[in-house]
Amino acid sequence: MTEPAASQRRPPAAAGRELILKAEGLVKHYPIKAGILRRTVGHVRAVDGVSFELYKGETLGIVGESGCGKSSLGRMLMRLEEPTAGKLTFDGVDMYSQKGGSMRRLRRDIQIVFQDPYTSLNPRKTVGDIVGEPFEIHPDAVPRAGRRKRVQELLDLVGLNPEHINRYPHQFSGGQRQRIGIARGVALNPKVIICDEPVSALDVSVQAQVVNLLEELQNELGLAYIFIAHDLSVVRHISDRVAVMYLGKIVEIGDDDQIYARPTHPYTQALLSAVPVPDPTLRSAREQIMLSGDVPSPANPPSGCRFHTRCWKAQEICSVEEPLLIMRPDGSSAHESACHFAEPREVV
Amino acid sequence: MAAQIEELGARRWAPVDGVLLEVEDLQVEFRTREGVAHAINGVSFELRQGETLAILGESGSGKSVTAQAVMGILDSPPGFVTGGAIRYCGRNILDLEPDERRRLRGPEISMVFQDALSALNPVFPVGWQIAEMFRMHRGMNKTDALAQALRLMERVQIPAARERVRAYPHQFSGGMRQRIMIAMAIALDPAVLIADEPTTALDVTVQAQIMRLLADLQAEHQMGLILITHDLGVVADVADRIAVMYAGRIVEQSEVFALYARPAHPYTEGLLESIPRLDQKGQELAAIGGLPPNLMRIPPGCSFNPRCSYAQDVCRYDPPPALREVAYHRLAACHFSELLLAHSPKLEVTQTAAEVEAAFERDADTAQEPGWTTAPVDEERT
Repeated sequence: MTEPAASQRRPPAAAGRELILKAEGLVKHYPIKAGILRRTVGHVRAVDGVSFELYKGETLGIVGESGCGKSSLGRMLMRLEEPTAGKLTFDGVDMYSQKGGSMRRLRRDIQIVFQDPYTSLNPRKTVGDIVGEPFEIHPDAVPRAGRRKRVQELLDLVGLNPEHINRYPHQFSGGQRQRIGIARGVALNPKVIICDEPVSALDVSVQAQVVNLLEELQNELGLAYIFIAHDLSVVRHISDRVAVMYLGKIVEIGDDDQIYARPTHPYTQALLSAVPVPDPTLRSAREQIMLSGDVPSPANPPSGCRFHTRCWKAQEICSVEEPLLIMRPDGSSAHESACHFAEPREVV
Repeated sequence: MAAQIEELGARRWAPVDGVLLEVEDLQVEFRTREGVAHAINGVSFELRQGETLAILGESGSGKSVTAQAVMGILDSPPGFVTGGAIRYCGRNILDLEPDERRRLRGPEISMVFQDALSALNPVFPVGWQIAEMFRMHRGMNKTDALAQALRLMERVQIPAARERVRAYPHQFSGGMRQRIMIAMAIALDPAVLIADEPTTALDVTVQAQIMRLLADLQAEHQMGLILITHDLGVVADVADRIAVMYAGRIVEQSEVFALYARPAHPYTEGLLESIPRLDQKGQELAAIGGLPPNLMRIPPGCSFNPRCSYAQDVCRYDPPPALREVAYHRLAACHFSELLLAHSPKLEVTQTAAEVEAAFERDADTAQEPGWTTAPVDEERT
């Protein structure tokens, strides 16, 4: 493994960044059906108005606890899920208005790597079939004669033995299967890859190998990642910018330092303070913010600020008026945070 | 008779010199159609009153099997304890009759499982399930047992416990279900609590709540806690001592501060370097190459040698290194632990230039060839 200089990995500062993906007010409500007639009795507001921008070659981390809507968001970005409302622009093209052939062409540029390498690979197909399947759907990507060779190149690229092209998924370990999923993801030379918890099913020692692989591929192929995960340490490691989600909304978004060193939203602060740090000498030095209770149901989210039921700063205004995700000062600069009482606090 | 003694307040089992549990050279194998998997190959440790021992390892390292063997709930067949002893309060419990063994589970040694949803019975209310402990072990009537269950649910901080005592497991969130599991485990005031990945399925904010609850309960009752986990962060937060497992062996055992400061085994060192940290933006992660071994084909010599960057011929061909004392109160199973302790990366920061040079020379003496070229890992290349 070559040592990529950290500076190479980082995209240049804001100026000259090229926008690749822009989400505006994405909403996904799933109907709750009940009774014999399966009448809709309510909605699960999985994603409820999410906007962000993704630039070429950068990694945007999306963190949040289970049920916050981060995976639904990922599926909407792939258009695996039709949105209830909102607009998604990919490279200047409105994605949700595309149909048939033009949508299929668009899909070449935006790919996904799934969480569970055990269920996301068809057990009856060989690795060659799995990694080569994108070429069946997009026959003009690689001429038929060159496909097998291309698949072997891809396997080599992700650190698998190209000679294992005829093996089946069960002959590989979890980490290797995730490499197969990644090879399939990069097969069509996409511009954006959505990684939905790509390492959370893996053991620690293998997790690092896959994280390193993703970073290497980003350098080599100039990919932009949407990195969805619940592990805040991994997200910090790989991301340039981070968005924190709570109950279907982004509550805070900023670059790595802004979120981890100067978080201004109480939820981000509580989340960060709950992550155990592998250093026993910090045991007493770290202040843990204990949140009481569980995340409320997204079918019936609290009024106003959705976090007010668990927030220690909550005032009357919090249950009435929803705070906007706008630039708020964080001490040394400003980043977007959705809290009426946003103020920086060091928790890590 | 036993119940009477318990009622009088005297425990039938009393720790010997503060030592609750002593596992000695435990061997467990699984006999399957594909062959024999050596899940545990000589594991020894002890647990004292009020102590938290973390057993750290990746999947397949044998940490959960160790717990199952101690609890006596190993699936048998295919699992068999083929050697060693598990002494609880000085008595080898492997020799006990099944019936006596069963009476230990709950009042003496108890366990919290990872997946609370599948560990709880879906067709009975949670209060009834907790109360079962009192009915079975203490012979209480239904009303009294249910009252005890309610008291326990309040103690593990389940909100509105009185209304929820009749609710079913699926009506609770993951964190609440884990609290119910804990309530069941501590119902009979056990001396040893084994928590097998108690927070792995939970979100971080809930994880923090559960770990705090466990710590409080432990302090209250002076329980010995065995925490089984793969999370180096959780271990750093709560453990007193750590046993690191790899391929069915303990490769390092140490007090927690010393281990994190200076690991004495290359595997521990690799683990510590391969995890990203929340409090700093790191460079490329130093991943451990290769894969954990297949337990049916554990490599000869030290089982970590194919993945170890320090591996020498002695690691490949000699019998696996025994767990031995390499420093004060520190055990490690590596031929080169002293070397590792002498110039671990963390220490180099404070070393003078001359010392670093000396360390490099020592390195050059012992390392004739890089471990990778002679021990290629079959499937995965890095």
